[in-house]
Amino acid sequence: MKLYCLSNDPNKPCHILTFREITVMLDCGLSMQSLLNFLPLSFVPSNRLLNLSNYMPPDVSDPDLEGELKENGERIFVDSPPEFGPPLDKLIDFAQVDVILISNYMCMMALPFVTEGTGFRGRVYATEPTLHIGRLLLEELVIYIEQCPKSSFSSQWKNYVHKCPSPFKEAFMPKSWKQIYNMSSVNASLSRIQMVGYNEKIDVYGALQVIPASSGYCLGSANWIISSDHEKIVYLSGSSTLTTHPRPMDHNALKNADVFIMTDLTQTPISNPDSMLGVLCVVVSLTLRGGGNVLIPCYPSGVVYDLFECLSAKMQESGVSNCPMFFVSPVADTSLAYSNILAEWLSTAKQNKVYVPDEPFPHALLVKNSKLKHFKHIYSDGFSTEFQEPCVVFCGHPSLRFGDVVQFIELWGNNPKNCIVFTEPDYDYIEALAPYQSLQMKIAHCAIDTSLNFTQANKLIKDLKPTTLVVPETYTKPPVSAPNLTELVIHNTPEVNLIPYKWGEIINLPVKRKQGQLFIETDVASKIVPVEIKPGLSLSTVTGTLNVKDNVHKVQDILDDQKLLNKNVKYEWGSVNINEFKQKLFQEGITDAKVESLGGNVVVIHLQDEDALIQLEDNNTHVVCNGDEALRTKLRNIVMQCLKTF
Amino acid sequence: MPELKVTPLGAGQDVGRSCILLSIGGKNIMLDCGMHMGYNDERRFPDFTYVTPDGPLTSYIDCVIISHFHLDHCGALPYMSEMVGYNGPIYMTHPTKAIAPILLEDMRKVSVEKKGEQNFFTSQMIKDCMKKVVAVTLHQSVMVDNELEIKAYYAGHVLGAAMFWIRVGSQSVVYTGDYNMTPDRHLGAAWIDKCRPDLLISEATYATTIRDSKRCREKDFLKKVHECIDRGGKVLIPVFALGRAQELCILLETYWERMNLKAPIYFALGLTEKANNYYKMFITWTNQKIRKTFVQRNMFDFKHIKPFDRQFIDNPGPMVVFATPGMLHAGLSLQIFKKWAPNENNMIIMPGFCVQGTVGHKILNGAKKVEFENRQIVEVKMSVEYMSFSAHADAKGIMQLIQYCEPRNVMLVHGEAEKIAFLKEKIQQEFKIDCFNPANGETNIISTPVKIPIDVSLPLLKAEAKKFNALPPDPKRRRILHGVLVMKDSNVCLMDVDDACKEAGINRHVIRFTSTVSINDNGPSVSTAHKLHTFLTDKLPQWGVTFSEGEISVESVLVKVEGDDDESQKTVYVSWTNQDEDLGSYILGLINVMGQ
Repeated sequence: MKLYCLSNDPNKPCHILTFREITVMLDCGLSMQSLLNFLPLSFVPSNRLLNLSNYMPPDVSDPDLEGELKENGERIFVDSPPEFGPPLDKLIDFAQVDVILISNYMCMMALPFVTEGTGFRGRVYATEPTLHIGRLLLEELVIYIEQCPKSSFSSQWKNYVHKCPSPFKEAFMPKSWKQIYNMSSVNASLSRIQMVGYNEKIDVYGALQVIPASSGYCLGSANWIISSDHEKIVYLSGSSTLTTHPRPMDHNALKNADVFIMTDLTQTPISNPDSMLGVLCVVVSLTLRGGGNVLIPCYPSGVVYDLFECLSAKMQESGVSNCPMFFVSPVADTSLAYSNILAEWLSTAKQNKVYVPDEPFPHALLVKNSKLKHFKHIYSDGFSTEFQEPCVVFCGHPSLRFGDVVQFIELWGNNPKNCIVFTEPDYDYIEALAPYQSLQMKIAHCAIDTSLNFTQANKLIKDLKPTTLVVPETYTKPPVSAPNLTELVIHNTPEVNLIPYKWGEIINLPVKRKQGQLFIETDVASKIVPVEIKPGLSLSTVTGTLNVKDNVHKVQDILDDQKLLNKNVKYEWGSVNINEFKQKLFQEGITDAKVESLGGNVVVIHLQDEDALIQLEDNNTHVVCNGDEALRTKLRNIVMQCLKTF
Repeated sequence: MPELKVTPLGAGQDVGRSCILLSIGGKNIMLDCGMHMGYNDERRFPDFTYVTPDGPLTSYIDCVIISHFHLDHCGALPYMSEMVGYNGPIYMTHPTKAIAPILLEDMRKVSVEKKGEQNFFTSQMIKDCMKKVVAVTLHQSVMVDNELEIKAYYAGHVLGAAMFWIRVGSQSVVYTGDYNMTPDRHLGAAWIDKCRPDLLISEATYATTIRDSKRCREKDFLKKVHECIDRGGKVLIPVFALGRAQELCILLETYWERMNLKAPIYFALGLTEKANNYYKMFITWTNQKIRKTFVQRNMFDFKHIKPFDRQFIDNPGPMVVFATPGMLHAGLSLQIFKKWAPNENNMIIMPGFCVQGTVGHKILNGAKKVEFENRQIVEVKMSVEYMSFSAHADAKGIMQLIQYCEPRNVMLVHGEAEKIAFLKEKIQQEFKIDCFNPANGETNIISTPVKIPIDVSLPLLKAEAKKFNALPPDPKRRRILHGVLVMKDSNVCLMDVDDACKEAGINRHVIRFTSTVSINDNGPSVSTAHKLHTFLTDKLPQWGVTFSEGEISVESVLVKVEGDDDESQKTVYVSWTNQDEDLGSYILGLINVMGQ
């Protein structure tokens, strides 16, 4: 069993697991940290961005590089459509992948890169919400980028990255970065997804069984249990033990794994999501009361649903409920609509509302009461008439490199009354804001990451008792941002065999199959005669026709046309007692036996009249005689009487 | 042989009151718990004394499975769980869990408040009963206990209808409930994978019908409604609150829109909006078209269909009214029927099946006068139309489902006796499998093959595969697996003999025989050996006869030739272990004959 690590970002994971000749891809995350090295895309030309000065690395005079790099406040940016870090494609040919398992909608953004134009012919499994909401995320991304076409693609800069200052210099593998896929690849790729339910058993070529178990992180999020007859592998991706809107995490299914692969832990190990939410509510109230607007960059699904619920209540309390909330995304309407039809994937409290029947999320009511207004774009019909300040705007993209958020920053950036609040943990907010500096608006950082923190993860491991634990190497060291907080790691305890892995590595996992499974059918089973060797232990020989189909082994009765085949082979065990043997010979009328000891426990018995010789040892007997079958059969019977059989 | 035991308490050669007891691998399961609409006495509920003469059922039943929210499938549930007594789990899908209590409450009101029936369950009992319900999602594998596993499949019939696959050990059963194999205006078609159950228990409401195309029936329906409206008549359509009603509403709504009709359509039920809300929220259970467009336009927001008020009954002029219940056995639909029946301009369209004993059943059979409890006699002059819109699988659909899941046996329930008998013949002929049709209270026993899973050591499998792959390809050659089964406490593992002896801590004793035969053959002994090899290869075509370093070997049998090159007499040694006794002595015999 081997594990290949194809993604550099533990929160946008992508692995390959090979086991029993099956190649399984675990998640298909797209690393988007690369975006921070690009200039924002604006659909209204921004003078400020256009007037940024060109940058040329020291000692370089390549005319082709001219104009590709821009500079703002000692940060370097590429002036080109943004590029993404797809999974490493050098370790494995994607055409060989049999199955892709998707844990949640945040971990499937690289799917079109893997399944389209690579010869991929396998199956992709994801839950229904993962497919629906994942589609929204992919479509939103494509729309955001396609609505701001750039006239030129820059590529020369990739040759000079090492000559640029930090943090640009640290860009990870820029030569492997790719432009975004188009909508037809998205559709083709998503059409390969087969929807599954929690706890649905999926058979993979008869060799493996995979089961998605609720992970509590977001709508439809799952951990995967991959098992064969005797081995159990658990793949834990985005999981949460907090009570928010999704169905709670299923712990039981994850117990006693031989191998436990753990990834996608919290990106904000130091802060607590609940207190962050509290801070957020305070910031929003204060800003609104001061007459300022709040801008919340976000994804179109996920924590944003909880924010609608929480903020609307808080705004009511603090007397700013007359300020509207705007939700601007090309998929805002669909996201809101879907959230209310996926009742079966929600927490029990939300589910019970559906039985009334009420909408599970309060945002349906907020929309009805015009407290929450949703638009596809800032330029959509009706937005300008509905727009009123002060207000709260939720919009994408959290990287601040494209989407309507770019326009809102241009609009509100110079007023210190306004505030931008970072709630999504994926991007460093300082880096995200770098191309816009210097801004006058306030900046609040309240990243809400509900996924497991290190304390929760270590406790989980203790409860679940896996034999081997496999984690990204970064989880074995304190976070770069807080090198002193040594408790923020996955502990290496004697009970668990901890194996760290790095990007681009292939790890051998210590699972050795010793046993398989087969099925015995009626007629074979009825012929089994167990012989008790000692209390609690019986043996019986089994012979049958082996039928192997789809990796399932079946033993059926042998048909009569198999001549000469001994269907009822038995085995002898124990030792022959010489005296008993001689006595039996005598009873059968063989009286001239001459016993000769050859030392050790080897005894030879000569039968002179019969012209035969029997050599007896502890563990074997050799009967040598001429072609006289009657004699041999007689001797055979005597030897067998002296031994036990099964 | 292990067996399955099935006893219908209801729906055996009958429609209504579905309730089937299944015993599988030591577990007892109740499939559906419905009531009969045609009776007002104790016959309306299944006879639970069959399970136990008195006292609660909890210790006799491991779980109850409800296929969908129609009352003939869940109507007796509160009676069973709260009045007879059952505290075990009840499984149903989320939409069924949402909608069933509403229909139960509706029926309770009609029965107790309108008909004044005694000894009926209360509202509180419905609530208590629903607390015992565990909601399941499609395809989710649910372990009821360590051995009993169930899994729901989409059945189409009504919102949330499911077929259930039930497994204990290697035995499995599929119970369909009611299902529909053709997608309709708001639901998709039933689907199941090739799960090869030991038994398929299928409904057979339309066992002898091959229904014409849906489009024709719809056209016919619209034409009749339109004609009646044109002559100023009133159209009454008795329906159940949820299910067919929504489909017909979609149908009329689009027709009214297209034809620009003005006659009012009413939906006589406070539930309408609520009912449609369920459809909105469980939209993932509807068909693909509705699912795709729901963000832009919700199919269940009707423009032309308005809520009905009792006062409208006597309004002049044409109208179309949907009223519950669907079989005209009580409630508003019956009240409207009594008013409108004497006018020949009016029309009643029965869009679904009516069980025996209901007014619906009577008028469908051509009754021109209907008598009620209070001696009131109503003359039926209005035209009576039957339109089979109720979404059951027809004969073709049932055959299709059998083809999908490939059961070893089929059992037909939920259909009229003669119709079931006819379909039974057809299934037996076409699929060559056994088909059962028990009556209520009759037990059928179906034996199932054994398939015991055991562990097997990989070296044993690999050795067999290596040996098999080394032989020249022969499609007729069978793979033979031989090993020793080690049964240690509860572990059972097949391994090769040496490992088995090691595991058992015993010494194997090998018995070998060597017999000598003299044959006459001139020339060097090697050439004699070659001759023997050719001879044996010819005589033992099924076996791998090998020749190396002057020795011939077949399995454990070794044949060796000795003797001087210039003497004609050669000694042949034939040696084998006791396990190859038959083969060894056979080869010895062959060589003996050759030597003579």
